[in-house]
Amino acid sequence: MGRITLDKVQKAFGEVEVIPPLDLTIEDGEFVVFVGPSGCGKSTLLRLIAGLEDVTGGQIRIDGNDATSVPPAKRGLAMVFQSYALYPHMSVRKNIAFPLRMAKMEQAEQDRRVQAAADVLNLSDYIDRRPGQLSGGQRQRVAIGRAIVREPSAFLFDEPLSNLDAALRHGMRLEISELHKRLDTTMIYVTHDQVEAMTMADKIVVLQAGVIEQVGSPLELYKTPRNLFVAGFIGSPKMNFFDGAEAAKHDAHTIGIRPEHLTVSTTEGMWKGTVGVAEHLGSDTFMHIHPEANPSETITVRVGGEFSATHGDTVFLTPASDNIHRFDADGMRMG
Amino acid sequence: MATQHSRSAARIMMAPAVFLLLVWMLVPLSMTLWFSVRSYLPLRGGDQGFVGLENFTRFVTSSAFWPAILTTLIIVGGVLLISIVFGILLAMLLDQPMWGQGVVRILVIAPFFVMPTVSALVWKNMFMDPVNGLFAHLWRFFGADPIVWLSDASVFSIIMIVSWQWLPFATLILLTAIQSLDSEQLEAAEMDGANPLARFAFITLPHLSRAITIVILIQTIFLLAVFAEIFVTTGGAFGTRTLTYLIYQRVLESQNVGLGSAGGVYAIILANIVALFLMRIVGKNLDR
Repeated sequence: MGRITLDKVQKAFGEVEVIPPLDLTIEDGEFVVFVGPSGCGKSTLLRLIAGLEDVTGGQIRIDGNDATSVPPAKRGLAMVFQSYALYPHMSVRKNIAFPLRMAKMEQAEQDRRVQAAADVLNLSDYIDRRPGQLSGGQRQRVAIGRAIVREPSAFLFDEPLSNLDAALRHGMRLEISELHKRLDTTMIYVTHDQVEAMTMADKIVVLQAGVIEQVGSPLELYKTPRNLFVAGFIGSPKMNFFDGAEAAKHDAHTIGIRPEHLTVSTTEGMWKGTVGVAEHLGSDTFMHIHPEANPSETITVRVGGEFSATHGDTVFLTPASDNIHRFDADGMRMG
Repeated sequence: MATQHSRSAARIMMAPAVFLLLVWMLVPLSMTLWFSVRSYLPLRGGDQGFVGLENFTRFVTSSAFWPAILTTLIIVGGVLLISIVFGILLAMLLDQPMWGQGVVRILVIAPFFVMPTVSALVWKNMFMDPVNGLFAHLWRFFGADPIVWLSDASVFSIIMIVSWQWLPFATLILLTAIQSLDSEQLEAAEMDGANPLARFAFITLPHLSRAITIVILIQTIFLLAVFAEIFVTTGGAFGTRTLTYLIYQRVLESQNVGLGSAGGVYAIILANIVALFLMRIVGKNLDR
């Protein structure tokens, strides 16, 4: 079981309020991702749930029980840290067994659980090595192993992949998702990388300056962003925004169109522009286009497959009319 | 620019320093070795020629030799124990955020900058004097008879004085080591259910092991040579005669340079054995 409820949870460091009162419910078995730019309070929120920081106000409930002043070890949660925080002087086996040893579990049961975790995470080959002798990805696995042996009611991940290189990050992303499917345990995952959020989450919580901007499934956030911040943060490349006359045509203060919802033609279209930088990836082509009406601006366009255009070419853009996001003067979504 | 030219230029520029260091070390060493095989009694006939290893056997068979070795080991061991145990405690205390941290840290380090002779005299006259010392007043305040520290608890007194001087050094080294401990490791241990004592035993102490070996190594080498503290307090009486002090007595009080030099050679060997032994431990720790 792992249903976590935050009720008006608030955190201030001295005078500085990092998280204004905030409500959130995380259902049992859900994979929830906290995402936001750095300094938005997402790690602080995770540490509040873990119990590594004390809340200034409000209540944290785990499976209905008030856990606000319960010490971290008693909350039944396990955490994977950004730096992995492995104990450098212990072997992999001892690292994984540490929480069991602290719980004074029988040696036979400890061995059984460590072996099971090692099998799940393919750690058996280097179980007697020290963390210093392992690669980044292996250390990451040991950190996860140390978390799963405790059989916690929820896992907390604090930017666990940010120290890995791109290829490894992709692999570990899959492994963590796989692990979630297999264990079916609540997972809370903090990241600043919206790709990780989109690919792994059941539910994304977008945070900015300690405030929840929107909560929803990845596709909900993609299709109906509640405000300009979420619209700009979710989706890669970033959504294009237009103010003024173009927006007025749609009866809005600002309109937003995703790069994949613009069609490009060399002959005709709504907006004329010149190609700035064109990135040819083979599978996709990303073009940064300077519109004729306002050449200092840049519109990003994504075209599936190869599109032969180079710097300085003239192209025409047409937005898909049913994929235009409209926002009012306060930046909130309209209609 | 590690060209042939720049390398030879570097060698030429280093040469004076290397030369000076070598002379500094080799001249006293070879003189000690030279005198140790001669009978040299400055007030009783001067240099009386080569005597082989006689000085060496006489030094070891003297009734003062083994007690001196034992005293040396007790003082070195005692000071190491006190400075490491209290050094760790002080370092953890100073690592806590508090008001006036900078000033407090400097004050804690201060005893290290006091000359050994001065600190020994301060301890002898201000604290340990059986009539006017602060300890004597304290004892009398509780109605007890003051302890005559330097004669009744002489070795312990020396250990206290020397520890007071070396504790700051240990604290300083251990404090920097504690500060380099990744706080996420402690948090991870906390999440793993380790109580403060277990966190200390399983995380902090292993993290400090390297710093502790370095403290032991450096302090041992210096503590084997403790002299001023004994000279100005007990003068080697009441069982406080260490190997260093014995050598001093042989040379200056008995005026037997040959015998003292033989003792010096023993001291060199002893220090090197200790250093080699400790270097191995440090090396092993550094490998990890």
